[in-house]
Amino acid sequence: MTLTLASAATPAPKRQALVATAVASAAITMLMAGMLGVWLRFRAAADTRMSSDGRKVIKDWLPSDIKIPEVSSNTMLVGLFFGCVMAQWAVYAAKRDDSSHRSVALAVCLLMEVAIINAQVAVYSQMKIGVTDGAYQTMFYAITGVVVVLLAVGMAFTSVTWFRSVGGRDNDSHVVAAHALYWYVLTAVFCAVWFVVYVQK
Amino acid sequence: MTTIHTNVDVTAAGSRAASLVSVIADWITTADHKKIGRLFIGSSLVAAVATAVLAAFLGLERMSASSYSILNGDSIVQLFAAYQFSLVYAIVAPLFIGLAIAVVPLQLGSRSLSYPRLAAFGFWAWASGLIITLAALGANGGPGGGNSNMVDLYLLALGLVALGLSAASVSIAVTVLTSRAPGMSLLRTPMFSWSALMGAMATVLTLPVLIGTLAYLYVDHTYGRLAFGGNVDVNKWIGWSFNQPQTFIFAVMAVGVLAELAPIVAGVRQPLRPIMLIGITLVSTAALGAATQSTHAMSWTGTTSDKVQEFIPFALFNLLPILGVLIVLALGGLAAKAGRVKPTASFVFAFLGTGMILVGMLVHALSLIGPAALAGTVAQESSTLYVVYGAVMVALGAIVHWGPKLWGRRLPEKQMFGLAALSLVATVLSSLPFVVAGFLDQPGNAVAGWSYDASALLNTVSAIGHALMFVTVLGFIGLALKHFTTGALAGDDPWDAHSLEWSIPSPAPAGNFADIATVGSAEPLLDVKPARQGVSA
Repeated sequence: MTLTLASAATPAPKRQALVATAVASAAITMLMAGMLGVWLRFRAAADTRMSSDGRKVIKDWLPSDIKIPEVSSNTMLVGLFFGCVMAQWAVYAAKRDDSSHRSVALAVCLLMEVAIINAQVAVYSQMKIGVTDGAYQTMFYAITGVVVVLLAVGMAFTSVTWFRSVGGRDNDSHVVAAHALYWYVLTAVFCAVWFVVYVQK
Repeated sequence: MTTIHTNVDVTAAGSRAASLVSVIADWITTADHKKIGRLFIGSSLVAAVATAVLAAFLGLERMSASSYSILNGDSIVQLFAAYQFSLVYAIVAPLFIGLAIAVVPLQLGSRSLSYPRLAAFGFWAWASGLIITLAALGANGGPGGGNSNMVDLYLLALGLVALGLSAASVSIAVTVLTSRAPGMSLLRTPMFSWSALMGAMATVLTLPVLIGTLAYLYVDHTYGRLAFGGNVDVNKWIGWSFNQPQTFIFAVMAVGVLAELAPIVAGVRQPLRPIMLIGITLVSTAALGAATQSTHAMSWTGTTSDKVQEFIPFALFNLLPILGVLIVLALGGLAAKAGRVKPTASFVFAFLGTGMILVGMLVHALSLIGPAALAGTVAQESSTLYVVYGAVMVALGAIVHWGPKLWGRRLPEKQMFGLAALSLVATVLSSLPFVVAGFLDQPGNAVAGWSYDASALLNTVSAIGHALMFVTVLGFIGLALKHFTTGALAGDDPWDAHSLEWSIPSPAPAGNFADIATVGSAEPLLDVKPARQGVSA
């Protein structure tokens, strides 16, 4: 016997892309939180010594010959914030069915991602450190390498959203919103990395 | 005139080969959630058989310290690594993720899984990672491995396994959150689907932490080996992912199976349903300990104030999952009291298995209390075995229960009752001796460095338990192959059940539901069925 229940009209989609991005963002947050936790654990365990004037305690975590290029790292942070503005502009335009502005915003967003990865490469070249030089160097490449992977995923996401936009998908606002959510999370995650790795060192 | 001779046999053979290729290609490229789920389930049952054999051999090696009688002493570290890895990532995690992928869309009244290709990617990433991990361990890689390339490969492959399971978990969580039938609020979600959401979210929150640590380990091991201790210290950094409380996360769905089946065998609506949902959620709080990689032991020393300060985080990290299982068991009992229980083999499997999981959680909590002096002993291995084998028992029950909806045929109840009893004996025999051996200070996950005079018998009994688990799972696979292909037809609703999957034909057709149903309660089928005799619906 097959039981018959009252049938309903096919339900409207419940923002699958947005929810999936939110769940994936939670995973990304935990990924970076775990990596920063290990980083902080190593830094806390580093040897300490008094400064030559005897006034402060110095932690020997960052090798003394390594200089963090702050301009490039700050450029990455600013680029991510600017990308957030562009992603939100795309959402604003998508809600108003303004396909030309939506496409322009997404294109600028994609350009920002290229610029941010370029800035990361500049950080590597200015620091002139080898991955085999020491514990700090190994961990620096590991954590910033994962950030680059996340940026590359973001580029793929932006590219797909942009192609859908220029391809005429005008009922796509939930995907554009999901893309913006990814950008916000990526920016928040990078803020933590920027503070711990580039500012606190 | 040209004559063409057609060789009928060759044509038929060619047709059969083409048909076989077509079937294989269909399974490899499938986006049907029922097929993806069955791929996960079948692979992990095969892995369970292989792991039980390995565990039995390792048990036999621990009968005497004099020499390695069966296994090669040089490979014992790799074999223990394969044993630990397989218990968690080849058996319990994929088994329940597979069940959730196959069953959850049916329970929710959905025509498909959300992002089914993501789930399919998850399966193939997991399967290839599993094979590469075991191959790397076999070639002297893994923790403590002597072949540095294989250690690198092990770390990469383990990352692939974690990525695959995370991807499949995202798909499950999004399905529960977005693809429920009209009228099915989250509070009306079937118990198993709710536990799938909780388990999937806990997996998504913890496995990325493992992936991040593996990224560090891989870069460090491949290049400098200056920070993380090289091959020797691999398990110091990722050992948490093979132990409690990480295993509890994969057992959340097992508790959900019992919560699903209890009101069905009683023939009633679940009393205090929201409390049951909270109970399942409490089990998933194990993610707290796993993600922070801390268990908060209790030394039980100092003043009363010191003890209270230690007890609070200990309880938060270790006792909440136990409380969750107790709530589910208590409310299951309440459902049984409210109705007339007609025990099924699936329920017996689930009830006994959940009991074993509870014992494993208790052993884990005990091992963290200082005066018990169980840290680093085989008692911790016993806790893993209780949880994993208990979860396997529940999974077998779940296959008995939902098998008719996936294959259209039922497994024989009488033999299943026998296998449920055998699996209980196997779990107790394999795990309980290690608790006793723990009190005798036998070290965990090691063969050498211990005189086995006092615990030789205990290790022998444990090896027998593993052998019995091997027989149980192998017997189950044999019966499933036979009865799911040629057994008795199941009918649409063989268990007189409550949720939407039992309103459609067995096996569930492509696309699951011809019409999307409207749900008016948490047990929609009870709304349209006559009440069971002697029970008020």
